[in-house]
Amino acid sequence: MVDVAIVAFAQRPSVRNAVGDEVELVQPVIQQALEDAGLRASELGFVCSGSCDYLIGRPFSFVTALDAVGAWPPLCESHVEMDGAFAFYEAWVRLQHGDVDTALVYAFGRSSLGSLPIILSQQLDPYTVAPLFPDAISLAALQARALLDGGRATERDFAEVACRSRRAAEGNPNAQLRQSADVEALLGAACLRPPLRVHDCPPISDGACAMVLATGERARAIASARGRAPAWVAGVDHRIDPQDLGSRDLTRAPSAKLAAERAGAHRAPLDLAELHAPFSPQELILREAMGLGPQVAINPSGGALAANPMMVAGLTRVGEAALRIHDGRAGRALAHATSGPCLQQNLVCVLEAR
Amino acid sequence: MSREPCAVIGVGQTRHASRRKDVSIPGLVREAALRALDDAGLTFADIDAVVLGKAPDTFEGVVMPELFLASALGAAGKPMMRVHTAGSVGGSTAIVAAHLIQAGVHERVLTVAFEKQSESDAMWALSPRIPFQPTLVAGAGGYFAPLVRSYIQRAGAPPHIGVEVAVKDRLHALRNPYAHLHMEGIDRAMVEASPMLWDPIRYLETCPSSDGACAMVLASERAARGAARPAWVRGTAMRSEPTMFAGRDAVNPRAGQDCAQALYREAGIDDPRRQLDTAEIYVPFSWFEPMWLENLGLADEGQGWRMTDEGATALGGRFPVNASGGVLSSNPIGASGMLRFAEAALQVRGMAGEHQVDGARNALGHAYGGGSQFFAMWIVSEERP
Repeated sequence: MVDVAIVAFAQRPSVRNAVGDEVELVQPVIQQALEDAGLRASELGFVCSGSCDYLIGRPFSFVTALDAVGAWPPLCESHVEMDGAFAFYEAWVRLQHGDVDTALVYAFGRSSLGSLPIILSQQLDPYTVAPLFPDAISLAALQARALLDGGRATERDFAEVACRSRRAAEGNPNAQLRQSADVEALLGAACLRPPLRVHDCPPISDGACAMVLATGERARAIASARGRAPAWVAGVDHRIDPQDLGSRDLTRAPSAKLAAERAGAHRAPLDLAELHAPFSPQELILREAMGLGPQVAINPSGGALAANPMMVAGLTRVGEAALRIHDGRAGRALAHATSGPCLQQNLVCVLEAR
Repeated sequence: MSREPCAVIGVGQTRHASRRKDVSIPGLVREAALRALDDAGLTFADIDAVVLGKAPDTFEGVVMPELFLASALGAAGKPMMRVHTAGSVGGSTAIVAAHLIQAGVHERVLTVAFEKQSESDAMWALSPRIPFQPTLVAGAGGYFAPLVRSYIQRAGAPPHIGVEVAVKDRLHALRNPYAHLHMEGIDRAMVEASPMLWDPIRYLETCPSSDGACAMVLASERAARGAARPAWVRGTAMRSEPTMFAGRDAVNPRAGQDCAQALYREAGIDDPRRQLDTAEIYVPFSWFEPMWLENLGLADEGQGWRMTDEGATALGGRFPVNASGGVLSSNPIGASGMLRFAEAALQVRGMAGEHQVDGARNALGHAYGGGSQFFAMWIVSEERP
C-alpha cells in the first residue's frame, strides 16, 4: 500500500446557530488547512467532501461549497452524501493509485436549520418505518433500554460517559458543551426519552472541518517543515449493518467490530481512541465491540457529546486523533465515525507516528 | 505503485419507465443488481463492497437511502459508500468503485445507481427557493436553454440540429428493450410539432423523467479471469469547477475539456477521433450532443453540429453516439451517468444486442452535472491495459 498521512487539520468551533451559509462556514477551515500544509488549491491531486442536503433542505448544498475551495483551474473532485470520514476514506483510496500525492478532505453541516431528530427519521425504511417518524433520540433510547434490560450497563454508566466527555472538552476550544455537573447531579435530572436524559444526548451543532492528506515523501516534507509528526494511516476500514431495527441486536455493533479488526486496531497498543458516539450508551457499545480496554483514553477532545455537527463529527474524530499524533501526545490512535440509526455504519481508522 | 487492472464483468439495468409502481426502491435497485450479478455469474456473497450513487435525496424524500438499502443490496457486513456529485453521479460512482479495484483494496465491487423520479417532482426539487437569492430557473431546462442559445449563435448552427439529435436517439432507443421511450414512427415533423418548453428546447428535445437503476460488477484482473468478455477500464477522470464566476465559459467548460484530456492521457489515447469507436455521452437536451462532441475534442470547436448533420453520430455512421438511445430516451437521473458507462462497456463486450456498434473496441462513457461543471468519464476497451 502507498503510505498516506494526515498532515494538516482545521476546524471551526461548533455552535448552535452558526451565522453564514455553507460556503462561509467551510471556506475559512479549508483556507486554514491549506495554508497550514503550505499548499494552494490548484496543487491538490484530489478533493473530496461529505455533507447532507437534507440538513438545510435543498438539493446540491455541496455544489456551492465548491466555491470555498477555489476550484479554478478545475479540480479532480468528488463528494459523498456521508460523514466527511467517508470522504477521507475515498481520498485514501485515491492516493493509493500513486499518481497524485496530496488530497483535501472537508465536511460541513448545519444541523440547527431544521428539526434534526425528525430529519434523521427519514433515513429509515420509507415504506414501513419512516412514516411513523421515530425520531433519532427515541431510537437511541431504544438502544439504551436494550443495554439496560440486558444487564450490560446502568444509567450511572451513561452519566459517567457524559460527565467525562464534557469535562474533557474543557480543554477543547472547538467544543460546544464544555462542562458537566457531577454524576450524582446528572442522575437527578428527569428523563428526556427514558432512559436517556439530556446529558446522554449530543448538542445540535453547526460546524465544518478540513484536512490535508499527503503520501510518503511529500507528507514527511510538509510535516517536518512544520515541526510535526505526520499522522500515518496504518489501517482504515468501514462496514455497514442491516438497518432493520427489529432484526438487529441493538446492544452490539458488529460492523464496528469488523471494521476495527480490518483496520488492524489491535496489532499494537493504542494510546487513545476518538469515538463518534453521539449518545452516551453508544460509547459503551463501541468500546466493547472494538475491544478498547481501560488503558485506552477515550475521546480526549470530548467527542460527539461535546459537539456533534452532522457530517462533520466523524471526520473531526479522525482530525482530533491526528492532531495528537502531530504534536507527540499519542503514538498510536484509533478514530471512529458512525452513520445511520443506532450505530448502523461504522468506519475505523488507525493512525500512527513512525 | 501502478494501478491494478479493473474490468467490468457484469452489467445490469432495469426497464426504465415513468412510474415503476410494480417495484419499491429496494425492488428497483435489486432488479439492476441481480442482472449485473447474473451477467457476472456471481451472487451477492461474492461481492466485497457496494458503492451506491444517486442524485439529490429530495428526489425520493429518503435521507441517505443507502442506509436502508444495505440489506437489499447484500451489503451487510461489507463496506458501503454513497456518492453524490449532481448529474454526473452515475459516472463518478462507477469511478469510485473502479478506484477501489485499481487501488488493490477489493477484488469484486458492486456499483449501483438509481433514481425513482415518480416519488417526487424533480423539476421542482431542482428549483429550490434559497433565502436571499432570486429563483432564477424552472428546472434544468431553464438553466441550460441560454447555454444552448449561446452555442447556436457561436457555432452558427442551423436550427434543425437539435431536432435531428432528438429523432436519432429515439430511433436508437427502438433497438434497446430497456429504454423508457419507444416512439415508433418518430420523425422530424413530430419533434418540430412538439411544444417549445425553453426556447430553443422543445418537449421532444428533452429527456424524460424515469424510474430506473443501473448496476455493474467490477473486478480485479484475478477476479475477472473466468469472466466471459470483460470490458477493461483503460482510464477514468473527474473534474469540477464552480458554478459561476466572471469569465467562466459554461458553453464549453474548461472542466470538461481538462477531464477529457486527462482521460485520453491515462487511457493512452493520442487521437480520440480515430481510436475511439463509439461514445455514450450525457445528452439530456438534444443540443448537448454537438456541444459535448466539441468539449470532448471529438469535433473542432464550432463544428460538432456538422457531425450530427452528416449522420456520423447515428448507428451505421462513422462515430455512433448514444446507440442505446441515451439520456433523451431514459433518464433515471442518478443512474443516467452510470448507464452511459455501462452501455460503453456493453459495446466493447459486444453485448449491446440490437444497438451494437459493429466492431466497437474502445468506447467512451461520459456524464456531467450541476451547471455543466461536474464531469466524470471513462474509457473501456476489449483490450486489457
